[in-house]
Amino acid sequence: MRFRSHEAKAETAVSTSRIVKLEQDILAKNNGYAEANRRYLSAYGIFALNLVSSPGSGKTTLLVKTILALNGTQPLAVIEGDQQTENDAARIRAAGAPALQINTGKGCHLDAQMVGQAMQQLGLQDDSLLLIENVGNLVCPASFDLGEAHKVVILSVTEGEDKPLKYPDMFSAADLMLLNKCDLLPHLEFDADLAIEYAHRINPRLQVIRISAISGEGMTEWLEWIREGCCNAAAAKPEASLG
Amino acid sequence: MHEMSLAENMLQLIEDAAYQQGFTRVKTVWLEIGQLACVEQESLRFGFDVVTRGSIAEQARLEIIETAGQGRCGKCAQSFPLAALYESCPACGSYDVKVTGGDGMRVKELEVE
Ligand SMILES: Nc1nc2c(ncn2[C@@H]2O[C@H](COP(=O)(O)OP(=O)(O)OP(=O)(O)O)[C@@H](O)[C@H]2O)c(=O)[nH]1
Ligand SMILES: [Mg+2]
Ligand SMILES: [Zn+2]
Repeated sequence: MRFRSHEAKAETAVSTSRIVKLEQDILAKNNGYAEANRRYLSAYGIFALNLVSSPGSGKTTLLVKTILALNGTQPLAVIEGDQQTENDAARIRAAGAPALQINTGKGCHLDAQMVGQAMQQLGLQDDSLLLIENVGNLVCPASFDLGEAHKVVILSVTEGEDKPLKYPDMFSAADLMLLNKCDLLPHLEFDADLAIEYAHRINPRLQVIRISAISGEGMTEWLEWIREGCCNAAAAKPEASLG
Repeated sequence: MHEMSLAENMLQLIEDAAYQQGFTRVKTVWLEIGQLACVEQESLRFGFDVVTRGSIAEQARLEIIETAGQGRCGKCAQSFPLAALYESCPACGSYDVKVTGGDGMRVKELEVE
């Protein structure tokens, strides 16, 4: 515990101190980088998704299956965020997609500046799909806009139904929820409808897809959602950026 | 622990202001935190103490002002104080509630010399 002596300060307060008004959002710096990323992405018609979840909900597995299913029909790149190791980027590359690993060390989330640098290094194609796997953490990444089109929150059925109530910020920030590992439902007590109801309490506009990276259930719907996003991003690209 | 990066962002805002407005020491920082902001106050205090060491804001007093959460119902358009994101509309019970305030974190003002 630290103690500060307010009284001692008050005695010396006769000095030259003055008050400076700032009125600035703490996240202003990050939001500035995020807006720059967003401008860049929309100028090139790139559809970017920020995948967030607790550790081990199946983000990388889903990405690998998504890449295999798209099978080269959609140019894409992946940014992998983890505190340590190159493992997840290696899994993505093995699936045939360019991937860049960001190790955040002690940092528990990606920020917009890191992602902006990674985007430059990857050299993204026009009209491509950019998949960003955030650090496994249901709290911190909610506050940091990366410039993505949507946050996609992945909840797996091996977690509690009440995760959305316990970690409302993330479910509130997301536009799509993938309820993953649905292949395991027959073996579990997990009440999928209840989990979805809780998620909708936090965010009534949240779209939901029940999915399994293992059985392939829900993959068609997910791929359709991605294709639609890519088409819209490409169509919204300003003429000026062509050529 | 994203409070550490929030504290770093705070210090950056302060240092930018010091550069623009020509002060060399910060004695007090008034920080406004919305009740619905995704931040743990004690961790933020700790982070602020750590990142300001050796900076112009070393030993600065951190005054946290909490602002109430505000929501607005998407069904009946009622505005009301919102203490948590999972609360429903007190008028009609709908969960279609939009946060209209109390979810930000702002450095309001500084006492400097
Ligand atoms: N049964 C089942 N297992 C799955 C499914 N998706 C992923 N898994 C398993 O869940 C474990 C974690 O998967 P990952 O893809 O590494 O999870 P992650 O979210 O990327 O994990 P971190 O990056 O460490 O946060 C692995 O053992 C996967 O095989 C699924 O749909 N069904
Ligand atoms: Mg992973
Ligand atoms: Zn209402």
